[in-house]
Amino acid sequence: MTAAATGGRVAAPLGWRVARLVQRRVETPTAQTLVLSVPDWPGHLPGQHVDVRLTAPDGYQAARSYSLAGPVDGDRIELTVQRVPDGEVSPYLTDVWAEGDPVEVRGPVGGWFVWRPAQTAPVLLVAGGSGVVPLMAMVRARRAAGSRTPFRLIYSVRTPADVIYADELRVRARDDLGLDVTYLYTREAPDGWRGEPHRVGLADVNTHGWPAELEPLCYVCGPTGFVETVADLLVGLGHQTRRVRTERFGPTG
Amino acid sequence: MSPGFQGRRRTTDPALPPGQYLTEDFPVLSAGPTPRVPLDRWEFVLATETGDELRWSWAELMALPQETPTVDIHCVTRWSKFGTSWQGVSLDVLLDGVDTAADYAQAHSYGGYTTNLPLDDLRDGQAWVVHGYDGEPLPAEHGGPARLLVPHLYFWKSAKWVRGLRLTVEDEPGFWETAGYHDYGDPWREQRYQGD
Repeated sequence: MTAAATGGRVAAPLGWRVARLVQRRVETPTAQTLVLSVPDWPGHLPGQHVDVRLTAPDGYQAARSYSLAGPVDGDRIELTVQRVPDGEVSPYLTDVWAEGDPVEVRGPVGGWFVWRPAQTAPVLLVAGGSGVVPLMAMVRARRAAGSRTPFRLIYSVRTPADVIYADELRVRARDDLGLDVTYLYTREAPDGWRGEPHRVGLADVNTHGWPAELEPLCYVCGPTGFVETVADLLVGLGHQTRRVRTERFGPTG
Repeated sequence: MSPGFQGRRRTTDPALPPGQYLTEDFPVLSAGPTPRVPLDRWEFVLATETGDELRWSWAELMALPQETPTVDIHCVTRWSKFGTSWQGVSLDVLLDGVDTAADYAQAHSYGGYTTNLPLDDLRDGQAWVVHGYDGEPLPAEHGGPARLLVPHLYFWKSAKWVRGLRLTVEDEPGFWETAGYHDYGDPWREQRYQGD
């Protein structure tokens, strides 16, 4: 693991690497997981992200940041990309990019919104929509490390069809001891779900999170309004602000 | 080259730094919960490298000469926003008469955030402590009651919820800088990460 991966200070420039598409998995009607091959990938921690850069024939470039969706796997990295309809980079990645074609990748980036498998404090993950991506990297890293650290994931989606990683989360929740997964639905709930669709509130976080006395580490990721709401609720429930880590996803294309 | 990529958000606007795109929104990026600081307990502390301290209460800050800079801002996450209008106090006013040999400053925020800058970048009309945005009090999610505004550097240098500056002889990396982001952060030279 490099200094960059562990959040240390790096003197050497973080260079661009050529990455090629290996595999594409459709997660929802608007989200895809892209498996990239990146020679000499230095490794990363769950929660970190990469910059992806595209270059047009005339040299014009556009770059955006995407969270890494899985733990270290040799030269392979996974990104889950939510297609932004009028975006510049995400529609290319989901609709145009073909297997074997190159893009450039730079990273890993970010040393705060990360979970290290050596950590033993209980973990609360709160995801809004595609904000689940870096949190899923933590769930997967926990399993890969054989960690028994207690994890709870609260995952808010608009409708059941919007759940990313639905099949895998079903298996994880069944097989990974000490992992609880709770879904919240804001527009349309599945048959048999108790209650009405609603936006995340105090009762949800209080019921499905950890008591503040257990001093869990809380990771909150999603759209700005969602993150602001959940972070405020956690502070209101007595969680120390330094134990609430946030990452906001905006429609940046 | 990325086969089939044309680019949809091309702009030839010379006011846009490399690798940035324009947004009309005002995205929010913070590493933790938004602190809520009551004005009657708010203060701004300027500490020199010798330990001398200057303090301003909210009322004292408001009594200082106010400026209304309109500036372009550039976030390291690649959005830029043109013509943002702020109200606040120039750092030239706060630093006026301060006896220091420091070359750097570390900004400290309510909530624990820190960021480092050269002291020269806070002088000569380049930086403010702002408490108003677009004619209204600065909302908490954008850094209210008051934030630093240093628009010629990437926006993470414009510390939200600022509570003071500590002047230092050495450049002491702050929150994001310790996590791999650049110590200076010039958007025109794309100084995003350490080593850029």
